[in-house]
Amino acid sequence: MKIAVSSTGKNLSSMTDVRFGRCNYFVIYDTEGQQVKAIENKGQMSGAGAGIAAANQIIDEDVDVVITGNMGPNAFRLVKNSDINIYRSGVVEVEKAIQLFKDGKLDELTDAGPAHAGMGGGFKGGR
Amino acid sequence: MQVLPTQVWVGDLREEGKLNIAVLSGKGGTGKTTLSTNLCVVAGANYIDCDVEEPNGFIFLNPSQIKSREVKVDYPVVDSGKCTLCGACAQVCQFNALVKTKREIVLFEKLCHSCHACSIVCQPEVITFGKRVVGIIEEGKYGNLTCKRGILNVGEPMAVPVIKELLEDLPEGTNLIDCAPGTSCNIVSALRYANGAILVTEPSSLGLHDLKMAVQLVRNFNLPFGVIINKYEVGEDRIQKYCQQENIKILEVIPYSREAAEVYSSGKMITELPEYKEKFEKIAEGLREVFPWN
Repeated sequence: MKIAVSSTGKNLSSMTDVRFGRCNYFVIYDTEGQQVKAIENKGQMSGAGAGIAAANQIIDEDVDVVITGNMGPNAFRLVKNSDINIYRSGVVEVEKAIQLFKDGKLDELTDAGPAHAGMGGGFKGGR
Repeated sequence: MQVLPTQVWVGDLREEGKLNIAVLSGKGGTGKTTLSTNLCVVAGANYIDCDVEEPNGFIFLNPSQIKSREVKVDYPVVDSGKCTLCGACAQVCQFNALVKTKREIVLFEKLCHSCHACSIVCQPEVITFGKRVVGIIEEGKYGNLTCKRGILNVGEPMAVPVIKELLEDLPEGTNLIDCAPGTSCNIVSALRYANGAILVTEPSSLGLHDLKMAVQLVRNFNLPFGVIINKYEVGEDRIQKYCQQENIKILEVIPYSREAAEVYSSGKMITELPEYKEKFEKIAEGLREVFPWN
């Protein structure tokens, strides 16, 4: 199983980032080979549609689970559409977040967070 | 494929017997609309409200015989039955409007810039285009002057398609284009259709700061321009100093007064006040020196 965690840094000891679309990196952990890799989030550079760009990358990486703080309506729709489950975590080390997930201690994110400003406020979804 | 509108060059407009003067400011609330509407009436120019996110010039001019039409933009439609989910369209899209998921290509229509790149790269050729309404254009009459405005629909993030369509077919004669505040692409789009510019500012530090950005912008376009200082109070002379340093012509200085503010806030023209009418007549005269007025 591949788990992507929104993070401020590139490794397991980095802290998680509660932002999905604008986090710096995604740390991707493969439970089978216990491999770790980090990809830079293209979303953070996006003028508009940060969450969409981030979701795009996550989908391309073919992950099964995403651990993050919140996810906006656009990204949520895309990630769900690709049968990826999303779990909510506070700010902890990436390794710890993965462990909490394995122990079944993270809640599944079942709703998108509010759409963000700068997106014109006109996007469907939100609360 | 539809041919996208190209840039209109200054020379072309002159040949068409039009003189388009953009009124911009940098800072918001300096008096672009007040100046444009009053100057149109005094100078006999057509009024074009290009601040499509919140057009308000019609409040003052209250034009009659308004005709309205819709502005539409293209968006891609993927035939999901024939789509091979190769993802080329999503990859080429520079605006994150198309995303490939496991089941389908998802479209975020409000991010789409109607560039058609997706249909060019689509190998199975299953992308066609639909049209959706993003705003309207209204045209009416104030006496014998033409008044036009674009209105962007609430919730639409992109104003440029409405601005372009509004400025594509301007009436003959002199047109004052009342721009949006700032120096964003909305203003850049409007300046592409302008032969000259009036920069309206106020004597505050912010007014000066944003004026400098507006000056940079019109200089990039190589447009003749002049500055009008609105809401002037004695002793606040930072704009004059800057204009002197930069060798920029100050077309007029309009004094701040409570009386003018009251007339404005009741939706009337400030040229109803004789002192201000005189000012606007002077501006109209001055413009003839700066721009090749008919």
